Amino acid sequence: MLEILGDRFTYAVILVLMMVGLYAVIATGNLVKRMVGLSIFQTSVFLLYIATAKITGGAPAIFAYSDLAAGTIPDDAVYANPLPHVLILTAIVVGVATLAMGLALVVRIREVYGTIEDDELSEIDHDDELKKGV
Amino acid sequence: MNGAEITQVFDYLLMVMLLAISIAVIRLQNLFAVVVLTGAYSLIAAAWFVSLSAADVAITEAAVGAGISTVLLLAAMLLTSREAKPTSAFRHWSALVVMTAAGAAVFYALGDLPVYGSADTPANTGVGMDYITRTPEEINIPNVVTAVLASYRGFDTMGEVFVVFAAGVGVALLLNLSGRGRREEGGE
Amino acid sequence: MNPYVVLRVVSKLLIPLIFLFGLYVHFHGEYSPGGGFSAGVVLGVGVILFALIFGMEAARKAVPPYAARFGMALGALLFASVGFASLIMGGEFLNYTVLHPDRTYVGQHIGIIAVELGVLTSVTSVIIAIFYAFAGRERSGDTAED
Repeated sequence: MLEILGDRFTYAVILVLMMVGLYAVIATGNLVKRMVGLSIFQTSVFLLYIATAKITGGAPAIFAYSDLAAGTIPDDAVYANPLPHVLILTAIVVGVATLAMGLALVVRIREVYGTIEDDELSEIDHDDELKKGV
Repeated sequence: MNGAEITQVFDYLLMVMLLAISIAVIRLQNLFAVVVLTGAYSLIAAAWFVSLSAADVAITEAAVGAGISTVLLLAAMLLTSREAKPTSAFRHWSALVVMTAAGAAVFYALGDLPVYGSADTPANTGVGMDYITRTPEEINIPNVVTAVLASYRGFDTMGEVFVVFAAGVGVALLLNLSGRGRREEGGE
Repeated sequence: MNPYVVLRVVSKLLIPLIFLFGLYVHFHGEYSPGGGFSAGVVLGVGVILFALIFGMEAARKAVPPYAARFGMALGALLFASVGFASLIMGGEFLNYTVLHPDRTYVGQHIGIIAVELGVLTSVTSVIIAIFYAFAGRERSGDTAED
């Protein structure tokens, strides 16, 4: 048990970070703070992906230009796995675009309802329904 | 201490800082502090990306996390409210229950994850390593990440660009890109 | 008019350097860490810093909102059109090898540069457009729901 944890300590820490982000999403009623919780969760997922690509003693997957031009890339060179890097690189930019989308919705909600606390929002909705006589 | 051990110590430091910041984010109610701490969180995550030998990702995360998301969150905070209202104890307990259940599930699966840093895991022996061996003759550029991003997985990247485009259009539709015309509809 | 003289002077020095660094990250992206996504974000941050220090009006004059809107679509279209170009020239969609008669990695280089330019245009414009959308908004009064 302890051995399993020792070999995967980095993953364990990242999973704890992820759970803290999840807690921040659920435990707060403020929509801006909830977006912050989501982005913490998201960054932790990025960390998990990149951590699986790590190879002990490996360099970033970039060749020396002189080696490449001469065709003499050493066979025993160790590089980190570039595939998760690519996936996460694009995911980060998409993440900020979707974060902006969510924040735009929050701003619109504030303009229409005058609040961004979710219990007050559902109260207003509830009162509206009562007024309509549903 | 050799270089690898020093790096390991720095990694532990970064982990402690990330944990401290995420717990502070939960406890604080002042949104300004929360937003600035999120920027710091991203910056520290970027530092960790460097240590995990993902240089490209680190550059992007530093620019996005510490730059753009912080500015966007600040703008949204200024347009909405500065303080979050504290939530009920019931809500905190239920969040704790959900977190514990989900945490138990992922920690149960932890043993199935590959050993950290080993080269012969399923993720690190497949197509990813093929890209490294084939890039020199097929693409002939030094940065394998760029080669995979733009060429081997060009279709994927095109989809991502369209997602970014769609999000930009969505925000512009929701918030009226030029910013004019708000006052006319203000009296609804 | 603006009391933050230090900020203005320092950012006047910094903003050109940020743009230069963004272009370096983009055009050196094949040789060192970087590429269209990172460079687009850095360039976007440069414009955002300019807008924060010198005001929205100055920023709208420097980078008009319609340019940002146009750039969003242009970048995505540029990416897709490289795919269609390789389709027309007899390869698969986004197979850049056919873009040069040599049919070696030269075509790949052309394709990667064109595609990265598309990514750069799109990401920069989207970042600027999103910032304009948020910054152009005014905080609504607390009576908004009346």
